[in-house]
Amino acid sequence: MESQHDHTGIRIGMWLFLYTEIILFGGLFVLYAVYFHNYPREFSAGGKELNRLIGSFNTIILLVSSCTVAASITAIRQASKKLCLLLLAASFLCGAIFLVNKYFEWGHKIAHDIYPNSPTLTGGPHGKNIFFGLYYVITGLHGLHVIIGMTLLGLSFLFVFNDKITARSFALLENSGLYWHLVDLIWIFVFPLFYLIL
Amino acid sequence: MAFSPQKKSFAIKDPTISMTTTPSFYETPSPPELVGIKAWLLTHDHKRLGLMYLWAILFWFVIGLTIGLLIRVELMTIGRTIMSAAVYNSAFTLHGVIMIFLFVIPVIPAIFGNFFLPIQLGTDDVFFPRLNLLSWYLYMFGGLLAILSLFTAGGFPDTGWTFYVPFSIGTKHNVPLTVFAAFILGMSSMLTGLNFITTVHRKRSPAMGWMQIPLFTWSLYATAWVQLLATPVISITLLLVIIERFFNIGLFDPDKGGDPILYQHLFWMYSHPAVYVMILPGMGVISEIIPTFSRKAIFGYRAIVFSSMGIAIAGSLVWAHHMFVSGMSDTAVFVFSLLTFLVAIPSAIKVFSWVSTLYKASIEMTPPLLYALVFIYLFSVGGLTGLVLGAAGPDIHVHDTHFVVAHFHFTMFGGTGFAFFAALHYWWPKMFGVMYDFRRAYIAATLATVGFMFHYVPMFILGLKGMPRRSYDFLPQFSQGNGLAAVGGILLFSGIILMLINLMLSFRKNRIIAAANPWGGCTLEWTIPSPPPLHNFTKEPHIKEYPYDFSDIPDSPQKT
Repeated sequence: MESQHDHTGIRIGMWLFLYTEIILFGGLFVLYAVYFHNYPREFSAGGKELNRLIGSFNTIILLVSSCTVAASITAIRQASKKLCLLLLAASFLCGAIFLVNKYFEWGHKIAHDIYPNSPTLTGGPHGKNIFFGLYYVITGLHGLHVIIGMTLLGLSFLFVFNDKITARSFALLENSGLYWHLVDLIWIFVFPLFYLIL
Repeated sequence: MAFSPQKKSFAIKDPTISMTTTPSFYETPSPPELVGIKAWLLTHDHKRLGLMYLWAILFWFVIGLTIGLLIRVELMTIGRTIMSAAVYNSAFTLHGVIMIFLFVIPVIPAIFGNFFLPIQLGTDDVFFPRLNLLSWYLYMFGGLLAILSLFTAGGFPDTGWTFYVPFSIGTKHNVPLTVFAAFILGMSSMLTGLNFITTVHRKRSPAMGWMQIPLFTWSLYATAWVQLLATPVISITLLLVIIERFFNIGLFDPDKGGDPILYQHLFWMYSHPAVYVMILPGMGVISEIIPTFSRKAIFGYRAIVFSSMGIAIAGSLVWAHHMFVSGMSDTAVFVFSLLTFLVAIPSAIKVFSWVSTLYKASIEMTPPLLYALVFIYLFSVGGLTGLVLGAAGPDIHVHDTHFVVAHFHFTMFGGTGFAFFAALHYWWPKMFGVMYDFRRAYIAATLATVGFMFHYVPMFILGLKGMPRRSYDFLPQFSQGNGLAAVGGILLFSGIILMLINLMLSFRKNRIIAAANPWGGCTLEWTIPSPPPLHNFTKEPHIKEYPYDFSDIPDSPQKT
């Protein structure tokens, strides 16, 4: 009855799930593509209003965290539990820093009266409203995925700590790592779409 | 006790299958420490989950059916018949939401797929048994939310099951909760698809090659891919409706720079492939039943397999044929119309294969076969009228009329619905180990079919004459057709209720015990006891070179 020994199968299931997540964001990217086509100027102007420094910083943080997650899997395979825990904690911390940055970024924009249905946006040009509307929806949904990913990392940390994840069975850790890479990957697309439009 | 001799013979135990004393899965909970109701609610057994889906889905089916009947009774006469216009709007939305999200999408994969996919693959369970249980809970939770939305914050939506913007954003009815229910149900269906794909790849008996997989399982495999491909699109679309309701961003609001047509694109990107999620498993059921009662290998096994995959791929590229009048470039209309015509080809290949299997076959009439034959007829009518709608010219004439309603119900109800009835009658003895009464089953099938024709054929004519769909009232020239449709609806309803009662009566005290292989079927589920034991197979299953090889199946008891 148990299929737990079949790691390939578990990985197939996880990849299929990740695929559905990509399509989920794909729907939003379709919206982005159409509206970018409709309002290229406003999108470009909107992109310049975002803080590229924080954006780049967040990108680097996520890339580093992906690296530490991958390293933590290697660590557990070599049975170095302590190193694995350390790397997982580092990844978790990166996720937290990312969210804190996002919090300040959003807060800054909201303070400037740029938030969904705000008078500035509804009274301003249509393209600007759509740009920031999509900005909040996409980065918001991505933020939600960061939180889910951090929960998975935290769970993996606990299981490694309790020796439920070991050098021989680390499917949960591996799948959490895959999920975290997905969160990272989506950000790699979100970042240029919003921060780096010419 | 007046059993017909024919029926009795189906209950004779097949001597070729050793009826060992292996207890059935009803007597062996899994995990083994569970007892009583927990043995069901916490089970990992795919068979128990299949049955739990069966009862939940039947519940929703009867509710959806009753609401459908009430809608037709309302339309029996001009003006108010039994309900107000506001209730009518909520009623057709409720009918659509229940029938689409809680009945047609899950019905065959969740019930029969869960029960028979692992058995047909020669294995003991799906790949992720616990995920399977989670899917069931998501399904129940989604259903519960749908019920809740009836009685909270403005009542059930009056938008129609498509939730088109801007109305779905503006209406005072409880759209967010209903949409969230659909979101949860989508997750349930997606996870089931994920589970099936992994199971087919990783848990298939090592002796079974790709061209040895039974066609029902093949159709589920194709369906599962569509579920994975398309469902996330509806998830994000429904989430956007909720976000719009709460934050008013205006992504689909022209006053704020949005485009309502985009909503329709996103919605149909999922919802058109979803009709193939609904019909493909039904086609799989028919591909099992036709060869079994023809006592003959299915015609064009490979053609059916490839047409399933063909439908899955081509069906994902035709969504905008729902939007010919919404505003689109002529080039786009041409391309989508052409693709729509192309998707009819694989469906036609299947119909030809079934009919060719029947040709010069030694046909044995049984209730499942009768339902399957009705399916072929009704589905063909539904498919051909679909071409009328897929052609850009005529579509403008019949768009949003009763013609669409009739076409849709011919494929989804006459198609998937009757395939579901066929599957119920085909696998009932295997699932429960009891046989039902044939005579009542035939009467019910005939009643339902005749009712079906009287119900939906007038709608084709009403539609051609211009009666709009979803409309509460109608002009005097439409009264004859609507009156007929109401009478047909009552016949149809009574036929289906009789069918369900007949199936329930098979559980009464003087029940007829079903044989392990009452029909002389040749796929793996017929080589094991009825009902199956916990791990499905007591000894290593023998995988046939060709899944529809009847040469070593004894003639069915009837003819000996």
